[in-house]
Formats: sequence, C-alpha cells, structure tokens
Amino acid sequence: MYPGLGVRRHLEVRAGVYRDSVSLMQASRRIGAEPGVRSALVAMATELNIELLVGMGFHAPAGASANDMVVAVEADGEEQLAGAVATLDELLAQRRIDGEGQAFPDPLPRTIRAAAAGATLALISTPGQYAAADAFEALDAGLDVMLFSDNVPVGPEIALKRAAAIRGRLVMGPDCGTAVLGGVGLGFANVVRPGPIGLVAASGTGAQQLMCLFDAAGLGISHCLGVGGRDLSEEVGGRSTLAALDLLASDAATERVVVVSKPPAPAVADAVRARIADLDLPIDLALLGPGRPTLTDVAERVVRAAGRRWTAPRQWSAPAIRQRRPGALRGLFSGGTLCAEAGFVVSERLGAVRSNIASDAASALPDDLRSDGHLVIDFGDDVLTRGRPHPMIDNTLRVDRILDEGSDPACAVLLVDVVLGHGAHPNPAAELAPALATARENAARGDRDLAVVVSLTGTAADPQGLDRQVAALQAAGASIHLSNADAARTAADLVAG
Amino acid sequence: MDLSAEPRVVAMGVDILADALAAQAVEVRRIDWRPPLDGDALIRVLADPRRRAANEQALAAMLSAGAMLVDIRPASEALGLKPGEFLHAGPPISWERASGPLRGALIGAMLLEGLVTGSEEAEAALSAGHVELEPCHHRGAVGPMAGVISSSMWVFELHDPANGGTAFCPLNEGLGKVLRYGAYSPDVIERLRWMNTVLGPALRAAVRQHGPVDVKSIIAQMVQMGDEGHNRNRAGTLLLLRELLPDLVDTALAETLGAVVRFVASNDHFFLNLVMPAGKLQTSAAAGIEGSSVVTTMARNGTDFGIQVSGLGERWFTGSAQVPEGLFLGTYGPDDANPDIGDSAIAETMGLGGFVMASAPAIVQFVGGSVPDAIRTTKSMYEITVGENPAFSLPILDFRGAPTGIDVVAVVKTGVLPQINTGMAGKVAGTGQVGAGLVKPPAECFVQALAALAEAAPDPFVAG
Repeated sequence: MYPGLGVRRHLEVRAGVYRDSVSLMQASRRIGAEPGVRSALVAMATELNIELLVGMGFHAPAGASANDMVVAVEADGEEQLAGAVATLDELLAQRRIDGEGQAFPDPLPRTIRAAAAGATLALISTPGQYAAADAFEALDAGLDVMLFSDNVPVGPEIALKRAAAIRGRLVMGPDCGTAVLGGVGLGFANVVRPGPIGLVAASGTGAQQLMCLFDAAGLGISHCLGVGGRDLSEEVGGRSTLAALDLLASDAATERVVVVSKPPAPAVADAVRARIADLDLPIDLALLGPGRPTLTDVAERVVRAAGRRWTAPRQWSAPAIRQRRPGALRGLFSGGTLCAEAGFVVSERLGAVRSNIASDAASALPDDLRSDGHLVIDFGDDVLTRGRPHPMIDNTLRVDRILDEGSDPACAVLLVDVVLGHGAHPNPAAELAPALATARENAARGDRDLAVVVSLTGTAADPQGLDRQVAALQAAGASIHLSNADAARTAADLVAG
Repeated sequence: MDLSAEPRVVAMGVDILADALAAQAVEVRRIDWRPPLDGDALIRVLADPRRRAANEQALAAMLSAGAMLVDIRPASEALGLKPGEFLHAGPPISWERASGPLRGALIGAMLLEGLVTGSEEAEAALSAGHVELEPCHHRGAVGPMAGVISSSMWVFELHDPANGGTAFCPLNEGLGKVLRYGAYSPDVIERLRWMNTVLGPALRAAVRQHGPVDVKSIIAQMVQMGDEGHNRNRAGTLLLLRELLPDLVDTALAETLGAVVRFVASNDHFFLNLVMPAGKLQTSAAAGIEGSSVVTTMARNGTDFGIQVSGLGERWFTGSAQVPEGLFLGTYGPDDANPDIGDSAIAETMGLGGFVMASAPAIVQFVGGSVPDAIRTTKSMYEITVGENPAFSLPILDFRGAPTGIDVVAVVKTGVLPQINTGMAGKVAGTGQVGAGLVKPPAECFVQALAALAEAAPDPFVAG
C-alpha cells in the first residue's frame, strides 16, 4: 500500500454564503467525523481561516473574502468526498426560516431595528471587530444590550457606554458571558433560585460561581447584571457598573448587592465607593486578587449577612488520590475568573505559577502555553478564542491538552473546571471524563498516579444534570468540588512537599 | 432597563445563545447577521452624536416635501441653458468616458439645436470639447436614461411648497427609438421638434389654465393602482391625463388636440418624467444636513453610478455602473445592453420603483421575478431606510408606507443594496431601448460615502 494513494481533495468557495463560526465549526466536526474523511474545514474565508486551509495543504483560493464560505475536504476516495459534501449541504439547509407556511414568508430580519418592536434587550455575539457597531444599532433601536462578544477594542466600548448613558440604556459587556434578568439566564447562566441578592459582575464565571454557591446555601438571585471585564478600568471608568448599581438600588426584588470584579483602578474605586455611599442598599465588594478573600469566602460572608446558615460547599472525594506526590500542577480552565482564582490560591501554597493570564511578565506563559512547572491556563482568553468557539461550548482544546498532560512525566495533578448551565456544552463530562480517564491510564503506564481535581460550577437544576456530571467525572477518577477555591487548594495540597 | 419585566430578546450572532433562551421559553427573535461591507468606519459614524437627529430631520424634510406641477417651459428659460450647453444624467463625465447611449443622445441634441448638420460633425465637435457638459442634478433637474437636456427642449417645472424647492425634467418621448436611449435618427429629431413646437405649448396652456397640478397626490394614487413609479407609470399617466384633459380641450388648437392627447395616452411612461422631479424635490429637501447619512441622490451616466449624501454636500461617490438583469426586447440580449444609465433612480431614492415592488405585482415578471420576490424586496428595503412615507402607502403590506431615506450606514452594515428597477439602453450609440430589468448600485459608492462620513464625524473615542 502506498499512503496517499486514492486520497481525494475538494476545495470550493461559496461566494456570499454566510453562517456563524460556531455553526461552521460544528459542521466541520460533523463532516470530519464522516467515514473516510481525513480532514475538513468549512469556514468563512477570513485571513485566519485561509491560514488554516493552507496549513491543511490546500492552496489559498484567489479572491475569497470574509463574506465567502470556503469548503475544503480531504477524503480517502471520490465517494467519501461526495458523501461529505452532501452532508454539508444537508447541514447548511437545516437553517431555521421563520414564517414558513405563510403565503409570503418573511425572510429573517437583517437588522436589529427590524426586529426591535416589543423587544427589550439585544443579545449580541457577533465577531469582535463588528460587534460594537451591532451594539450601537441595538441602542439606536432603544434596546438594552448584552454584548457577549470578546475582542471588542476599548475605544468603541467607551463610545458605546457613553451613548448608552445618554439614551438611558445599559450595556452589559463587551465580553459579558453571564447575566440573569428576573430568572432568565443570558449567555452562560446557571439555573438558580429567585431571591434577594443582586449581582454586578465584571466577571462572568466569578458571578456563576457565586450564584451557584448562594443557590447551594438556599440563597437566591434577583438579577445578575454583567458589565464586562474592562468596565472598572480607568479608561472605561465603571460606567456600566454605576448604571447597574442604580438599577438594582431601585429594584424591588433586590435587598443586597455583590459587585464581583478584579480590583478596580483607584479613581474608579473611589467613584464606585461614593455611589455605594449614596445608595440605601447593603453592597459587598468581591474584589478578586492575590491575598484577597476567595469567591467562596465572599459567598460565606454574604450568606451569613443575609441571615442564612452557611455550610461548606459540597465535594466528592476520590479515595485513590489522597496521598501527596511530587511534580507539577496543571490547571486547565474554561472560566477566566476561576482560572485566576485558582492561580492565586495555588501560588500561595506552591509559589511560582505560570499562566497565560498572568498580570506580571515573569509569570507569563510563552505562546506555546508550555512550561515545566506549575501552570494554569485560561482557554477562554481572547487570544485563544479568536476564530473558534468558547471552551465552555467546545472542549476540543482542553481534551487535547488533558491527553498531552497524561503523557508528560512532570505532571502530577490536573485541575480542571467544568461549568454547567444554559449556553454551555450540553454534556461536558461526556467529553472531559473519557479524556481524564485516558490521561490517568497513560500516566499509570509510566508508573505515575495522576491526580485529577475538578472544580464544578453548577446547580442541581442545570440542564446538564449535576448528578450525572458528577457521576461521570467520579468514574474517571476525579475528586469534585463545588467551590473553585477548595478545588485549587486540594490540588495544590496534593503536590505540596 | 426595566428589571421588573421579563426580557424579550433580539439575538444576533451565534445560534446556541438564542437556543439557550428558547430552552427557557423566553421570546427570542433571531437576526440574519452577515459581516458588513466595511467594518472600520461604521463605529465612528454610528457614534456620531449628530447622526440620529440629523437623519430624523432628513426624513421629516422628505416626508413634508410636496410636488406641484406649476409650468412647462423651454429649458433656455427655465434653466437658463444656452445653445451648446447640455445637461446629462448621472455624475459628471467627459465625452471620452461617455457610453454609447449618452454619446448618441448628445449627438441627437446637437442636431436638434441645429448646431451641426450631421452626426459626424457633432461627434467631432463633442470630442474636441467644444460643448459644455454638466449633470442635470447640478441644476436641480433630472433626466431619464441619457438624461440629455438642451436649450430648446421643454421641461416640466415642479415646486415644493413646504420646502421652497424647484425641480425640472424634460417631457417623455415614448418608448423604442428615442433620444434618451441614445437614438438620433431623423424620426427621433423630428419627434423632439414636434414636442418643442406642439406638445410643450399645448400642455403649458392646459397647466396654466388648470392651475398647479398636485403630482404627489397622483403618485400616492398610482402606487395603489399597481404602478411602482419607475418601470410602470400607466396609472399615473392616465390620472394626469384625466386631470388635464378638460383644460387641454379648452385651450388646445383643434388641429393639434388629437395628436397631443394620443401622444400622452399612448405612452405608458409619460408620467415617469413627473415622478422624477417630484423625487428630486423630495430628496433635495433632505440635502445638506450635517451628520446625516441619508442618500439624497442615486444617478448613473452609463459609465459611473454615483450617489450623494445629505451630510456630505455636493460630493459624488462613484463606482462602475452595472449591467441590469432582466428581459430583452426582440432579439436583443445581454451583450447588447449598456451599463445602468439615467437619473431615474431618483425614484428609488425617494422610496418608489424597486422599493415598492410589492405594490406592482403586474410587472414582476417583466423584471424577472415572482410576487413573493417583490414583497421580499420591498420588505428588505425597510432594513436600509430610516423611515416610511405614509403618503405613499402599500395596500398589500396593510398600507405600510414606502421605505424612505436610504441610510448609507445601514447599507454598509447589512450589505443589502438598494433595488433599482430600470430600462436598458443599447450600448451602441443610436440603438435605443433593448430591455428592462433590475440592477443594484456598486457597493463601493456606499463604502466610500461611509468613509467620508467617518472623516467628518467627531472622534468618538476621546475622553469626556
């Protein structure tokens, strides 16, 4: 047999055909999994995707732009190739068309304005370079905005928030992953009970962790208003945070407020404190950083202040991995704040921890995200989500890295977060647990006992099923903690000399 | 934000986030998002604090504009045109770059004015640069197809009582071999002479006896009678005739009355030349508003397609005119067609023509479509316009007003281009009309205009 004999390739540009990147990633994966297909890429012909195409060994198609779809398939034979293209056509044809069956069916609206009558909020998740314009369109149509998109430059963010203030609207974001409005979860949101606590969140997964810990302690949420990770920076000046505080202060359902954020710029911190002093409402600041209280500490403080009983967050231990072992801790996260918090907790115990989201250059991971020592990686960082879905939706990158760590003799403990809730992957444990089990098996073959610690952010009411996720992860040999700080501490203790 | 009410969400972007809302039984409407034609200038223009109010002002001016036919006179009087001065359709152009139909029409106009004795002499004079060429739009005039107006031609004079504007348009010659399609044979010239000596004076006498004719009101009626005001003007023409016929009978010479009435009644497009100046009045009312991104002119000279924008003064933003798609007369085919030509896209600029295709189901096949296509076309034009004109309401859309005031920002943002219904001229000078169909402007006109709006906008990213 000659390798490569019979290999057939198909490259096609579909001019002017557009689908969002998540749909196309899913289509690429579906086709790539067809029998006899070696590789497949269905994507908009952006510069990045053309690079990917060239990387697959195809020639860059001349004249294709970001408005054109490119289809590239490599298969074992003509038949398999044709099958893959037929599957793609079927997938693309499955697009929803509103008003089917009417005499003159309306096409889907192309603008927010055309759909805005009676609406209150625009949820925008378009690519970052265009998303601010889309948010402006929503403000012009009189809507509040949740701007899920990341990679939005700061200049447009400021312009947007200034315009929102003039129009009396709230801009949640950019890079706002989570919001809850009167029980409705937007973006990544856990199913939590209603209650008196209002959240103002510059951090999506920070807010998710707090809400889940509150929920487990029987304390419910009125609203969670996201503001975007940069809102409390000096440039943006906390515009959305201040607006969100005002909204919650005049909301009948809200009795206490928690602001969760990185420590703000000093001038902004003063402005926020001044506003808090003006408002007749108890407001806790959960400012995350090294040496500061963890999210779990904040949750405990708030639960007690609200007059509820606090019990330590639940955990499911893995008996096999209690003893300490020498080696490195490797934290692989989908949640940015969960990653940062784990980094602070671990470095308090183990010293230097390198990370792709480290604020100091000395702790920064190189671009290949490799290091011999302890490390924590946020796979949801802007740089790693360019051109691909968020790791809470798509586990591919983390599964690959889990398998790599299983074969790395230096790796002693894997620390992994799993975030449940609306918007997240429908069954993350189904993909992560087998990878964790395989990593442990591979390590065992090298005479290593690889410990796995999972930080699980979720509630019993989440659509993925908390129990089902726990069971699958336990079966893979992981210990599981509803408190992210506990998970990080447990993982650190396992390698601490 | 009202925290006490359940959110009703419009979702733009990845489907899974909308799916997650649907799974919570929350009302969610999805937007069919596409990448914009150009991303960088958009945010600057959207952030321009003047834009919304400026566009509202532009729309209000357009909606308020009236169109009264007040007189019919020679262009020498009405426009001060001298022999040897010629107006033409579209943005400015030289003889060297002029297309076949424009060249043919200019040759014909030289012959009509008696400046030359033959077509070769006319061509020589034109190529030597001995004549003055200027866009109709620069003089408050509009001309269909080649749009050539010379000093002896008679023009309609329309007045906008609300905004004080005046606009002009020559009289329509009919279909087939006519000057505006680039034909200049002796019969064409002879017809133009008759229009100057018989038709014009007869109509003038009738209009003067009748008093100002409310053209806007006739347009409102024609749109409800199956005309879209660009490729179908049959109802409008008959309504005009009904209005003027008694006065024509009263004032015309007995020996010319029959010929005049027959000429108007047999030309389904006679009223186009009144829709167009009404459009010019409506769109010029919105011109010159700082910060406004509303299109006030779309016009083609057979080589370039040009637009003008309210907030950008007299500047033209041009791209290559496209060849329309549609049906051809006789044995003509796509190879015979000249690129898009004429000021008649003022119809779409005012919200008629392709924008109200939904109201003209009788001609959808003529321009190569189906009735559902026509309705979809009109609905998609609402996506790129700032408002609706209640004066021109569409029965089939439950009397929704015509989509009005094309917004450069919306065009670039959505990539939805204005839909224009148009006639097609033969590309060889002297041919005449070869067909009719649909055409869109080149996207670059709008991209350039947006860049200029961004340059003119205050820096949105400075602190404060």
